[in-house]
Amino acid sequence: MFPYLSFMTFFPLVGAVLIALLPKEKTDLVKKVALVATLPPLAAAVKIFMTFDRGSTAMQYVEGPYNWIQAFHIQYYMGIDGLSVSMVLLTALIATISVLASWGIDKQVKGYFSLLLLLVTGMFGVFAALDFFLFYVFWEVMLLPMYFLIGIWGGPRREYAAIKFFLYTLLGSVLMLLVMLAFYFYSDGQTFNLVELAKQGLHQGPFANPHFRILCWLGLFICFAVKVPVVPFHTWLPDAHVEAPTAISVILAAVLLKMGIYGILRINYPILPQETLYFANMLAALGMINIVYGALCAMAQKDFKKLIAYSSVSHMGFCLLGMASFTPEGLNGAVLQMFNHGTITAQLFLLVGVIYDRAHHREIAGFGGLAKSMPQYATWTSFAFFAALGLPGLSGFVSEVLCFMGGFKTFRLYTIVSVSGVVLTAAYMLWTYQRVFLGQVNEKYKGLPEISAREIVTLVPLAIITLLVGIYPKFALDLLNTSMTALSQFVDAKNLAGL
Amino acid sequence: MGFAKIAFGLVHLVPLLPLLGAMINGFLTYSGRKVPKGFTAFVACGSLFLAFLISVGTFLYVSGLPEESRELTVTLFPWIDSGSFKADVAFLIDPLSITLMLVVTGVGSLIHLYSVGYMSHDESFSRYFTYLNLFCFAMLTLIMGANVPMMFIGWEGVGLCSYLLIGFWFTDKEKATAGMKAFVVNRIGDFAFIVGFLLLYWTLQSSGAATVTFTEMRDAAPMLAGKTWNGVPVVMLVTLLFFVGATGKSAQIPLYVWLPDAMAGPTPVSALIHAATMVTAGVYMIGRTSFLYSMAPETRMIVSTIGFATAIFSALIAFAQNDIKKVLAYSTVSQLGFMFGAMGTGAYHAGIFHLVTHAFFKACLFLGSGSVIHAMGGEQDIQKMGGLRKYMPVTYKTFLIATLAIAGIFPLAGFFSKDEILWQTFNHYPWLWVVGVVSAAGTAIYMFRMVTLTFFGECRADEHTKHHLHESPASMTIPLVVLAALSIAGGFLGVPDSLGHLIGWEHSNLLEHWLEPVFVMPREHAMASHSTEYGLMAFSLAVAIVGCYAGYVLFSKRKDIPAALVARFPAIHRAMQNKFYVDEIYQFLFVNNLLRLNNFLAKFDLKVVDGIVNLVGFLTKVSAYISGAFDRIFVDGLVNLVGNAARWGGSALRRVQSGQIQTYLYYAVGGVLLVMLYRLL
Amino acid sequence: MVSLNSYLVVTAILFALGLYNVMTRKNAVGLLMGVELILNAASINFVAFSHFNGNHVGGNVFSLFLIVLAAAEAAVALAIVVSLYKQFGTINADEADSLKG
Repeated sequence: MFPYLSFMTFFPLVGAVLIALLPKEKTDLVKKVALVATLPPLAAAVKIFMTFDRGSTAMQYVEGPYNWIQAFHIQYYMGIDGLSVSMVLLTALIATISVLASWGIDKQVKGYFSLLLLLVTGMFGVFAALDFFLFYVFWEVMLLPMYFLIGIWGGPRREYAAIKFFLYTLLGSVLMLLVMLAFYFYSDGQTFNLVELAKQGLHQGPFANPHFRILCWLGLFICFAVKVPVVPFHTWLPDAHVEAPTAISVILAAVLLKMGIYGILRINYPILPQETLYFANMLAALGMINIVYGALCAMAQKDFKKLIAYSSVSHMGFCLLGMASFTPEGLNGAVLQMFNHGTITAQLFLLVGVIYDRAHHREIAGFGGLAKSMPQYATWTSFAFFAALGLPGLSGFVSEVLCFMGGFKTFRLYTIVSVSGVVLTAAYMLWTYQRVFLGQVNEKYKGLPEISAREIVTLVPLAIITLLVGIYPKFALDLLNTSMTALSQFVDAKNLAGL
Repeated sequence: MGFAKIAFGLVHLVPLLPLLGAMINGFLTYSGRKVPKGFTAFVACGSLFLAFLISVGTFLYVSGLPEESRELTVTLFPWIDSGSFKADVAFLIDPLSITLMLVVTGVGSLIHLYSVGYMSHDESFSRYFTYLNLFCFAMLTLIMGANVPMMFIGWEGVGLCSYLLIGFWFTDKEKATAGMKAFVVNRIGDFAFIVGFLLLYWTLQSSGAATVTFTEMRDAAPMLAGKTWNGVPVVMLVTLLFFVGATGKSAQIPLYVWLPDAMAGPTPVSALIHAATMVTAGVYMIGRTSFLYSMAPETRMIVSTIGFATAIFSALIAFAQNDIKKVLAYSTVSQLGFMFGAMGTGAYHAGIFHLVTHAFFKACLFLGSGSVIHAMGGEQDIQKMGGLRKYMPVTYKTFLIATLAIAGIFPLAGFFSKDEILWQTFNHYPWLWVVGVVSAAGTAIYMFRMVTLTFFGECRADEHTKHHLHESPASMTIPLVVLAALSIAGGFLGVPDSLGHLIGWEHSNLLEHWLEPVFVMPREHAMASHSTEYGLMAFSLAVAIVGCYAGYVLFSKRKDIPAALVARFPAIHRAMQNKFYVDEIYQFLFVNNLLRLNNFLAKFDLKVVDGIVNLVGFLTKVSAYISGAFDRIFVDGLVNLVGNAARWGGSALRRVQSGQIQTYLYYAVGGVLLVMLYRLL
Repeated sequence: MVSLNSYLVVTAILFALGLYNVMTRKNAVGLLMGVELILNAASINFVAFSHFNGNHVGGNVFSLFLIVLAAAEAAVALAIVVSLYKQFGTINADEADSLKG
């Protein structure tokens, strides 16, 4: 069979190398090559979407395991199930969109696009890797390009933001490395194979000690919590978002944040299920805190982009709440929320980028009445805003309701508090919309050019998906449902066995 | 029968047609293409009118079915399906939804038609109709949805459209703010609604009936009896939470504050959304979930109490308002209170009946006020009107009819519906009946105050305005006439059986019998005798007539009496004028504190959470500096020592390297001699 | 019959003269002549040892080699002296001290 996953992962890398070989002056060619490098993975993603077996819990499009570093049983092992397929699809889409959104970059174009494509390789790799070591490698591969993309092409405080992002993530990575080695040394036959590790469950050596298992769980959790980001590990996010160029913010919000939740679901849940149950209450409480705290902080922001960044914190809380519930509804909701947040927040960041390109600032108070001077832009923004505040009929609602559904079964109080996030989200979203778009037209911005065709092109696919998932969520839910139901049953069964 | 059958086959188009209209007009608005206003109007009105025709056909079809099978579900496609949670995109066609479909599409069509004239000079003509059609789609989804999530689509959808339409003239900051306020206050209600839904769902699920459709929930509802959460009966909690949701949407205490502000929207919008349809969604929702409310007598009592409290409270505020639309807004809040009062008694049909008649006469009143405002060139203050009767005869007549209807004059629509409510209330909660009657009297007085100030007496407008006074065009007066006619005739849908009996018309309460299969009634309640009913009827009629007369006299011939009252109790009057400062109290208690909390948390985030991060960074730097110094001075010192030693040695020995070959030869010979010397010794 | 010692004394004197010449002459060409003297002393030594040690042919061969070697050495060395002159404008060995440390 055609190795779809490797193809998707490494095709952008080929593009990156190619770009590195191009002459520096041909910036247009560089951009075109970058775009072309993201299209075949997108096509492969469409193919995967159409042929993915929705009824199977097994890994699909499996490649390997091939021996890579034999001495340490490290394998090249790729595959996707219902959990990762939506993320792979999202990554493919966001990759193309982010290249399109970067068309305006004019500083060191070559370097920017090769790093961007390298980043894409890392993202695909993380979602497709089934070997812990491979996962780790891709995880780190992602880190460096991101550091440079923020640190070189970012805003005025880019260096601070980039270092903060880098150190935060690196701290997590170190913990992950330690736990990974513990897994390796105390598994049967010493393996990094995630599927195999989940099947075994770890009980040897220090893993016989529950405290050690809890420590391992926490180590992984902190690593992933930084990425989610879970309050209080979130402060890198607003800085990174504000400083990063538009396309990088899009990638950051749409894909990178998902890796936290993905990691917890891929590693913590199946390999340490009892510990996950032990911490479920904490997960749900953190989810609640994320939702409410993020929303409240968002309301107080004066910078448009920072506000969106905090709304991400709030929206990722839904994932935590949903997944902590261990119900099929909640888990489905969490994964769907990851996907929806990816598409909706990407739109929001693209839209903020549009206005920033024109007005060169993002002070909410500095705008006003834009709906009069830029009606089409206002239309797109209101669509994204209403999607973000969970208007039924748009995708955000479906996943939020599922997260609430799941959460309420297990954690009633937390969920009730979390539902108040619905009110707060509406409040800050509409308030922002009002301050930016409604009211008297600000004379300064009367002549701003309307949203351009290229910018609309980046928004359209995301908007269509938002609408489609809202009206007919089945086509997204079917992808996840089998795997997520199996995961909830798996953890439940482990729980019973543990008792 | 052919038409009816075909219409029923197309019933799913009832919400979809307005959606289609909204999409067409929306696309044209977005693309900025100039299309004739006639086309926009045709698409908007046509789509809704077609929906009205289908609704009529559906009504004919369903009324031809035997009573027990008047409950049809039309499923389009599965929507959310995950775990035990399954919700389809499906419509429930039963007498209740058909009644409201007819009201929404019928009154909606009239208001669309009216809007064509009213908005003809607005530059955002097509945007207006996009929103209006979208609203009809959402409202129809709300009432036709076969399950709670579907209903919620409509529930939020109407909120969205309300937001968009209140803030239609968004360049005015106050209007935009009013829209936002409406949406956010509604969301507070939604919060309770969602929690109630979650609680209901999981309680049902744990009883083995995981369902979200209304019909299945109704069948499973008896299982809820005895279920508690934290010691409180689940049914009571759920119904209370739903009711909180309803107070948001239907503007009841404590969440009514958004509705008066919502008058910022164009007047036809106020008529359609904030009088006839959307604000009654809460009433409809209680009717739809009657199976729960019938099991929760405590909640019903709260519903009734809140309803009548709202009725009298807002009536009091309405007395002191001078903005014609604000008066109508508070009157709407008050009438909605009556509806909730009825729902709380368990006489759901009475609430729905008042909903229907109220849609007729309040739509008529709002459109009439729109006609007045249109003629007055945008002036809304009734103190600056007067004597308009001469200039706008059609508006005047229809407005008067609707006013008489709302006041409850026999045999207009309001008499029958309000009387039914008061009668039911008398039987269940006699003390609330007193409140009801007082509010009804109040309604009559303040409505006639408005009519008197607007249409009677001398015209107080300035010369310029007076010069332009004119009757509105036909597209605006036709809907007025039709609605006035409905305000007269609408009451005969629900002539009490006791009255009908007198003239030999058995089962004269058509609406009650039509709706009977839908509602799950609470336990039979002993009703007072027919003679009491007649007595009460006469009493409330008398109250209404006295109220109307008082309203007329006090504000035309004896203006001194209200003036004296105002002079006597200035504080009370000021409080009434300022709506009892509720907005200010909310602002002070909730909004300000929320903003304060936001700012505090944002600062906390920046200073404390991020501060800790930066502190850790700083400490790392300090320790790095220390270890760096150690490295530089101590560890590197050793290394440098070795290097330096070599250097010193080298510079000492470099003298040997003279570069002169003969010198080297001396060394060599000297070396040889030394070796020889060594060997010899 | 001349004894071996006589030869050795002569060659030792010859060697000492050569060495002295090499060590004291400033002129590079003179220096080379000293080297020739040292080589010739060695050459005579080879022949003498050969003669007094069973008349082996090896010593004679070595002396022939030495003569050829001395000729080659003189050619190379003189070439060096010429280029030295070109470089420094003198053939004084003391002044060619570029390797001084």
